[in-house]
Amino acid sequence: MSFLSLRVSSSCSAHRPLALLYSLQPHGGPLCRRSLATKHQPAAAATPAHAQDKKGQSSRGGKPAVHSKSFVQNMFRGLVEPEQTFPYPKVLNEDQLETLRMLVPPTEKFMEEVNDPLANDANESVSEEVVQGLREMGGFGLQVPEDLGGVGLTNTQYGRVTEIVGANDLGVGIFMGAHQSIGFKGILIAGDDAQKQKYLPRVATGEDFAAFALTEPASGSDASSIKTRAELSPDGKNYILNGSKIWISNGGIAEIFTVFAKTPVKDAETGTSTDKVTAFIVERKFGGVSHGAPEKKMGIKCSNTAEVYFENTPVPVENVLGGEGKGFKVAMQILNNGRFGMGAALSGTQRAVIKKAVEHATQRTQFGSRIDTYGAIQEKLARMAMTHYACESMAYMVSGTMDRGYDDYQLEAAISKIFASEAAWFVTDEAIQVLGGMGYMRDPGLEKVMRDLRIFRIFEGTNDILRLFVALTGIQYAGGHLKELQNAVKDPISNFGVVLGEVTKRGRTAIGFGAGNLLSDKVHANLSEPAGNVCKATEAFGGAIEKLLIKHGKNIINEQFLLKRIADASIDIYAMSCVLSRCSMSLNEGLSSAHHEELMTKTYCNEAYDRVLRNLNALKNPTELSNFKSMAEISKGMCESGQAVQGNPLGV
Amino acid sequence: MRILVGCKRVIDYAVKIRVRPDKKGVVTEGVKHSMNPFDEIAVEEAVRLKEKKIAKEIIVASIGAAQSQETIRTALAMGGDRGVHVEVSAAEAETLQPIHVSKILAELAKKEKVDLVFLGKQAIDDDSNQTAQMTAALLDWPQAMFASKVEQKDDKLEVVREIDGGLETIRVNMPCVISADLRLNEPRYATLPNIMKAKKKKMDKLKPSDLGVDVTPRIEVISVEDPPVREAGATVADVDELVSKLKEKGF
Repeated sequence: MSFLSLRVSSSCSAHRPLALLYSLQPHGGPLCRRSLATKHQPAAAATPAHAQDKKGQSSRGGKPAVHSKSFVQNMFRGLVEPEQTFPYPKVLNEDQLETLRMLVPPTEKFMEEVNDPLANDANESVSEEVVQGLREMGGFGLQVPEDLGGVGLTNTQYGRVTEIVGANDLGVGIFMGAHQSIGFKGILIAGDDAQKQKYLPRVATGEDFAAFALTEPASGSDASSIKTRAELSPDGKNYILNGSKIWISNGGIAEIFTVFAKTPVKDAETGTSTDKVTAFIVERKFGGVSHGAPEKKMGIKCSNTAEVYFENTPVPVENVLGGEGKGFKVAMQILNNGRFGMGAALSGTQRAVIKKAVEHATQRTQFGSRIDTYGAIQEKLARMAMTHYACESMAYMVSGTMDRGYDDYQLEAAISKIFASEAAWFVTDEAIQVLGGMGYMRDPGLEKVMRDLRIFRIFEGTNDILRLFVALTGIQYAGGHLKELQNAVKDPISNFGVVLGEVTKRGRTAIGFGAGNLLSDKVHANLSEPAGNVCKATEAFGGAIEKLLIKHGKNIINEQFLLKRIADASIDIYAMSCVLSRCSMSLNEGLSSAHHEELMTKTYCNEAYDRVLRNLNALKNPTELSNFKSMAEISKGMCESGQAVQGNPLGV
Repeated sequence: MRILVGCKRVIDYAVKIRVRPDKKGVVTEGVKHSMNPFDEIAVEEAVRLKEKKIAKEIIVASIGAAQSQETIRTALAMGGDRGVHVEVSAAEAETLQPIHVSKILAELAKKEKVDLVFLGKQAIDDDSNQTAQMTAALLDWPQAMFASKVEQKDDKLEVVREIDGGLETIRVNMPCVISADLRLNEPRYATLPNIMKAKKKKMDKLKPSDLGVDVTPRIEVISVEDPPVREAGATVADVDELVSKLKEKGF
């Protein structure tokens, strides 16, 4: 799992989004970063061609449209691109599956028998016995290659192991994740051979701990605004690092930090110097590194969170990670790469929590019957199960897509983080409710899980930011194609194919015939109807996006009320596809759980489809739009008043 | 000293057992399995003997269907040197009895020329508590069952046994057969790096026929049922009523 140092959830004001978009662009993403302009950040000239056009189709006047196999990206164009999503990815060969079968039981045994979550929570630290046990287990270098001291797991295998930790103790999960998912992940994916040889063995064995240091007091969501600086020393051998970071997980115990700082970078051609973010590997023993007291938190108490200060810390130039000025790409690579782990970990949490709820519901009797016979409880349990099923299916869909070698999974990864963090919160909340008063007490362990879970909606990209990211990135992708179309229409003869395709598509949609159920041959026959709904939803979605682009143009980036609904609809459509894909696999393989999965899939898809239509309707419904305006005004009033505007109804 | 350790793949002790709808057995599909706990203790003791330099080589054997291989690998990850998987079909595995297993183990012990056969005292699925004893008898070797302590004394093994009356200490000549009881030791956790290393250790595959053993079932399972639900008791007013009720029930 990937856990960023805790970030401030900034209230996104209207002029910030582009900076946020910029700050969230992943490395290697086939997107033009600066095609959308605001008055604060004018559009740059054409971005490098190599980062884009994969099919060689170009439009006149401007950047060529990007082609991607991402399901979510294409959703924004109203297209169902099934390649990454159907059939459900199977990425483990027999050997890797066998390895997993062998790793899971001892890991489960260790977590269940040696680790004590409630003790860790009460003591606000992980017991030394567990830390040592984890070292011996190899738990600190799960994805480091074997020849450098690690266990060498693939993403999917790592996800499965992470599920076990998530089921048992999220605090320990963050301790391990801050170390390997983000703390030293940069060295693993962007480090040169010398850096890998020097550092990976030390961290893989847990001899030294690592931390990811990006967030600062004034820079949370707006990560590109960091102020920590690194200036090259006169003799050119070291960078001198100065600055302070806050809310760094493992900040108080790490020996090795991945630190992001602004460095002046000279443009070779023009000679002008601009500040760019550079990533560094910084060892505590370089000097000038200190940290504050452990923060007192709502949950994940055994995970150390602290401020970290760098005062004239000399960092050898060999410790630049990923190249000078490339720090941003490195940061995004790290985060993007680690996000899938969260879905897996939280799926494990939900599974454990559901088990407790079911155990209670089948033993507790009230009013003469077992409470699982009552509809109120049945609905809770069923919703918990469906939410968990969708989350789990999505998590391994994303890790599978990564393991298949696809680069463009950033939207799916972002969606899975949003979904998993909110799913786990809902499921645990309902589980506490099923247990009643007992759920509120410390011993059953559910209240601790609830407290641990809250941070997952905040860190590693707040869910609010990630929603904007998904919506804007998708819109940008769609916009690129729309522009291409607009240009094609200007010169229809040479671009006849493009125009004809669009005319046909629109013609059919206009008279009520969509493209049809393009997924009918990709899902099991029993799931044909919900699959058809995915297609209908996608078409409606694409149409809505197009209309919004036509109406708002570039100013769409300021319409956060609308962007939220767009994101929510995209999340629902993606979730539907994940469960349909997985359920088809289960039905085709004749699993004993297939019938149950089919029940959950159909029910879930029915409700999700409804939500999509509602959200799309909200984008144009006059009452809803008027509500948004009112809400903006309400907010304004509160901010002017400093609190709730009205007094008590008693007037006293 | 060379040791042959036997291990069996069983349904995990924490799983809630459910009878199959066809009443011919219990549900095993998708159910968590693990190494029989007493076998784990036997493996651990063998590894400790090797760490004390008393034993030189540990051969881990399992008789079962394909997945038994994973159980052997877990034992290798704990410190076993190499594995022997005597593979049977899933159907044969269901009717495999201690008499079959002990014949196979006896043949393996002779083939591998081991000095000690170390088994768990019983499997938690059938609770037979026969295999170790039968193996010793077939080999005509001394046996020390229900061991809670094993020490080397000169060229013999001194074993403390847990028996109904308390503890019994005996000395056995080698080669011999020992079965592990609960308090013999606490097994170590197989670490992930050791599991990865275990994948490279040698694993031989055999069939029962290779050892000249016939595993044709000697029994047929007629039905498997849950134990009857405990009925409520009834209170009686006095001793006379109690006596008459007992007579009524035929006691």
